[in-house]
Amino acid sequence: MIQWKSAAMAAIMAVSVAGAADFKPAVVFDMGGRFDKSFNQGVYNGIEKFKKETGVDYKYFEVTNATQREQAIRKMAQHGGNPVLGIGFAQGPAVDKVAGEFPKTKFAIIDMVVNKPNVQSIVFKEHEGSFLVGMLAAMASKTHKVGFIGGMDIPLIRKFECGYEQGVKYADPKAEVLANMTGSTPSAWNNPSRGGELAKGQFDRGADVIFAAAGGTGVGVYQAAKDAGKLAIGVDSNQNYLQPGTMLTSMVKRVDVAAYNVLKSVKEGTFKPGVQVLGLKENGVGWALDKYNEKLITPAMKKAVDQAREDIIAGKINVHDYMSDNSCKY
Amino acid sequence: MDVSMYTEIISTLSATMRVSTPLILAAMAGIFSERSGIVDISLEGKLLAGAFISAAVAAVTGSAWLGLGAAIVVTMLLSLLHGFASITHNGDQVVSGVAINIIVSGMTVVLGIAWFHQSGQTPSLPNTARFMPLHLPGSEAIGSIPILGEIYTKILGGHNLLVYIAFLSVALTWWVLFKTRFGLRLRAVGENPKAVDTAGISVAWLRYRAVLIAGILTGIGGTYISIAQNASFIREMSAGQGYIALAAMIFGKWKPVPAMFASLMFGFLDALSIRLQGVEIAGIGQIPVQAIQALPYILTVAILASFAGRAIAPKADGVPYVKER
Repeated sequence: MIQWKSAAMAAIMAVSVAGAADFKPAVVFDMGGRFDKSFNQGVYNGIEKFKKETGVDYKYFEVTNATQREQAIRKMAQHGGNPVLGIGFAQGPAVDKVAGEFPKTKFAIIDMVVNKPNVQSIVFKEHEGSFLVGMLAAMASKTHKVGFIGGMDIPLIRKFECGYEQGVKYADPKAEVLANMTGSTPSAWNNPSRGGELAKGQFDRGADVIFAAAGGTGVGVYQAAKDAGKLAIGVDSNQNYLQPGTMLTSMVKRVDVAAYNVLKSVKEGTFKPGVQVLGLKENGVGWALDKYNEKLITPAMKKAVDQAREDIIAGKINVHDYMSDNSCKY
Repeated sequence: MDVSMYTEIISTLSATMRVSTPLILAAMAGIFSERSGIVDISLEGKLLAGAFISAAVAAVTGSAWLGLGAAIVVTMLLSLLHGFASITHNGDQVVSGVAINIIVSGMTVVLGIAWFHQSGQTPSLPNTARFMPLHLPGSEAIGSIPILGEIYTKILGGHNLLVYIAFLSVALTWWVLFKTRFGLRLRAVGENPKAVDTAGISVAWLRYRAVLIAGILTGIGGTYISIAQNASFIREMSAGQGYIALAAMIFGKWKPVPAMFASLMFGFLDALSIRLQGVEIAGIGQIPVQAIQALPYILTVAILASFAGRAIAPKADGVPYVKER
């Protein structure tokens, strides 16, 4: 019965998709929800911007536990959502499965690659953004020692670390990078106590700027930096406001731009399945400068980083991607 | 020994004090509960609940003390729940404890999202709403003395109030358990509840008091994690410390002072694993992250197997008391 229903639903869907340029955006946010001040909220901002400009409303769902992902994405597709946006690497398997069931519907996923003919996968060149904040860290450091604290020890986080290290050495070849990973299980994303202790350990060894790519663990790092009067660098979204005055900058991933572009391309009929890689050139990654950190960034620092940005885009500087060969040799 | 080695040792010992505090408090809570015959695997959940409530209340009221008070009230309520299931209704104590851990793990995130709209986190607290490091009297005078001064100002001093409360709780636990009539009865009820019952003392009431004390101690421990060690609540931030405390309690053979030393040892190994990461060791080179992080657990197994000896639990631990009719 259920099978018959969904088959009928798919048939109706197929007709409606084929019949007209059906444009009904649907978004499935991941855990944390629309107002997580980070990854999901970035997507929310991008979609709201699109809504304001075009007047097209959208459906959304906020996943609150792991079993809901696939159901939510399937429901969106069944109800005629097109395109359906999956947010975050954890939705990869769900998008992969449902995209196979609804071949006429357009899907997009952020932070993960799904190889299906109707899916657009958007991933970021985190190493390029990390390179720029690495330069800032090296230039702001008085001790010529800077730190990196990663969350879970996975290749994606090594990618941040490797880009950061290259940036540090580019700005100050003599500088030393102290790198720590919080752990090797998912709890490493939510352990601010350990993040704080790791930061204190690095400060004791002489570091005075620390870049944390560690989710919730980073909050402990930023707090430790503030307590010690040292500097820290945020990640993913602009986190400068968390500790004004001791946040040197944040390495931002422009998920808002990515989400906005997906909707725009479907509306204009220019949607292309396949993998899209967003780096500095596409404004997909960057560093944050706002009222909370403008006093920490000198004109010379800004100039150097802007120049490096140009050079990376022009191909004069080649930032090695850790995930290309799982090593950090550059 | 060069200067950097020396500062490294001082900072590792100082970190040991900070990391051990929630373990000590939770281990003392476990001792009270298990000495009365109630297995308490919900130490973890209670630490997490205490961490959440204290951070939430401190964020709203701006007072660390109100946060501490609220955390203690909530963890005592959780203890009552545990007691209701396992003392009044003779339920399985491990099941009840695990249920509490699961409830707390979900509830803290749901309530956090509902109240603060920050993906389950609480707003970050200003220093006035936290327990901040204290300076011991005479720090400036003694601090200038080499070695002794460093020990006084950085290892013994420079911590927040809750760290000292944790060590105080060890002395208090020892005194209550071994020097008071209440403690004698508490230990008796964990060994042979029937004898206590025959003497005309209520087994249930004794056990309820024991789990309530455990609630108070875990409330303090949870508060320490969120508003003294950190400045906000983050989901699952207790990160298994309740279970480590349980291990420390068994390691310490259900005795307060040995359990404190076991907690300190776990804390020290944790602090050491943090400091050793990424450090070149002469002759060996850099050790991989995973090996360093496994170190505390490997050492624990080694120490337990070699010279810790057999740990014997209170005889009636985990056994519901049913009156014969």
